[in-house]
Amino acid sequence: MTRPSLTLRREWVHGWLLLTPALVLLFAFTHLPAVTTIWDSFFSTPRGRREAKFVGLRNYETLLADDTFWQVLSNSLWYAAVTIPVSVGLALLMALWVDGRLSGRGFVRLAYFAPTVLPLIAVANIWMFFYTPGFGLIDQIRGAFGLPEVNWLGNPDLALGSVMVVAIWKEAGFFMIFYLAALQSIPPQLREAAAIEGASRWTFFRRVTFPLLMPTTLFVSVNAVINSFRMVDHVFVMTEGGPDNASSLLLFYIYETAFKYWDTAYASTLTVVLLVLLSALALGQFFLLDKRVHYR
Amino acid sequence: MSVAIETRDLRKAWGAAVAVDGISFTAPAGEFTVLLGPSGCGKSTTLRLIAGLEEATDGAVLIDGADVTRRPPNDRQISMVFQSYALFPHLNVAENILFGLKVRRVPAAERAERLARVAGLLGLERLLDRRPSQISGGQQQRVALGRAIIAEKPICLMDEPLSNLDAKLRHEMRVELKALQRKLGITMVYVTHDQVEAIAMADRIIVLNGGRIEQNADPRTLYDKPASTFVARFIGTPPMNILDLAPGDGGWCIAGDRTAIAPPHAALPDRVQLGVRPEDIALADAGGVPATVEQVEYLGADLLVDCRIAGQPLVARVATRHPVAAGERVNLIWPAEHQHLFDAATGARIEAAPGFPNPTVTSRSAGP
Repeated sequence: MTRPSLTLRREWVHGWLLLTPALVLLFAFTHLPAVTTIWDSFFSTPRGRREAKFVGLRNYETLLADDTFWQVLSNSLWYAAVTIPVSVGLALLMALWVDGRLSGRGFVRLAYFAPTVLPLIAVANIWMFFYTPGFGLIDQIRGAFGLPEVNWLGNPDLALGSVMVVAIWKEAGFFMIFYLAALQSIPPQLREAAAIEGASRWTFFRRVTFPLLMPTTLFVSVNAVINSFRMVDHVFVMTEGGPDNASSLLLFYIYETAFKYWDTAYASTLTVVLLVLLSALALGQFFLLDKRVHYR
Repeated sequence: MSVAIETRDLRKAWGAAVAVDGISFTAPAGEFTVLLGPSGCGKSTTLRLIAGLEEATDGAVLIDGADVTRRPPNDRQISMVFQSYALFPHLNVAENILFGLKVRRVPAAERAERLARVAGLLGLERLLDRRPSQISGGQQQRVALGRAIIAEKPICLMDEPLSNLDAKLRHEMRVELKALQRKLGITMVYVTHDQVEAIAMADRIIVLNGGRIEQNADPRTLYDKPASTFVARFIGTPPMNILDLAPGDGGWCIAGDRTAIAPPHAALPDRVQLGVRPEDIALADAGGVPATVEQVEYLGADLLVDCRIAGQPLVARVATRHPVAAGERVNLIWPAEHQHLFDAATGARIEAAPGFPNPTVTSRSAGP
């Protein structure tokens, strides 16, 4: 009677020992900060000898009245709404192309994947050169056609769009790799079976390839959503959120609030908004798409 | 309705690697033709050339008399069953079977009617809303079959469709496939490496080796008159015994032995081989060819007796009632009409010459 319970106990201890490192890391760097953030959002910012005191929903009231917050939120939503579908769609197109019989296929794959390998800071600097008014690459090409100079990053109407282009360029190649892997796991006999039935390439894509890629699409789009709120390095390098917050994104605004203005309580409040937004999006994606995803 | 297939000097090469090396045959309308051969003999490639999934390097494929060599697969009046079944994993059974009809925009009412008929024929009625991953291998095989026959094409091509099934199911499906082919009057071209499957189902077997046709005949001819030592050893379990002959006193003898097998004859080439099927060999009390038993394998109804005749190995399949033990000396006899002669240099069959068979062996062929 004692032996089984002993082995059971030992297994239990082993199990927890194995889990501990991951648990410690997860608690220390993910769960604890998240809970602290929510907690802090109900307090005032401690300054000098003044301790933080409980202020209830005051920070949230400030948030609702903050025009910059609304602009940054709208920027972020636009940024997500454009970069996610475009980069995922582009990734799928590139993967389909690169998967086909193509001379120099290896080179094209490498070329598409290269932006992923580069650090975003470096990418942003390269694009700074492209965007430079007057002698940047884009204006030089425009100049060849007799078109006027454009200040891509300095114009409030163009800044956000210019930042989006960089993000898409950076992300599409990364997502392409996932699509490419998924495409190559589709047995070639399926295409042959469809060819015998007389299915056109488009029919085969619509009825077979695309549904079989759904798990990848789900994975890639969850990543794209997270990245669209997480990656702001290029904003630092290229525009610093300007001009007039035109290209500022939520995370960038949080950084500015927390580490430039040292308003940590308000930054916590903003972070809570970001967390809620991300959780809602991720849950929505899983519940909406899960029904239409076929896992093999 | 039935349509014949003809290949003319069909060739397929990938660079220096030649998979199919000039194959010409006719698969007659409404018949069951089997392409048989070991792996790498070019049988699957031949089938894929007929289907239009590979482009021929040279030669032609004719379907119903029309040259279809450069036409796409859907323009060849064919349906096909793949070894892996190639079912669409995200579609249920009904959707899988209906895939082709939907692609060809067959009206919904007709689709439903044809689906009901095919599902009834194959016993799939209760599986229609399952996914391929939720049904057994045998059922998947039926779905693949359903997808092929619902198309109502006059030709059906099958690439080792039974090789993923267990032995019992394979036997059942063999019978069922043959019956189905007869019933629907389909021209069937069936690829397999399993000679039992080929013999059991085929109206006509084409044995391939190294991208060439070794023999094209009905199963009985293939068994009774193999055209080469390759065919002789490929058909039958255990395979035919092939023994070297040497000229002796009274005629050709098994090398190292002195019992005359065939009379000396001018028509025979320099080096001759003898072929005898294990099931044609019997044990005799005296006479015949002396042999030493090396090993005996008990199979229930029969014994497989491994012997050596003057150093050359030979297998005999004899009834269990003959008690034989390893190390024993035995006398082997076989009917002269069941011995085959081959040219050792080319492996080709030598048709029986006048003065043959040899009476020495026939006289005792009645057996015990």
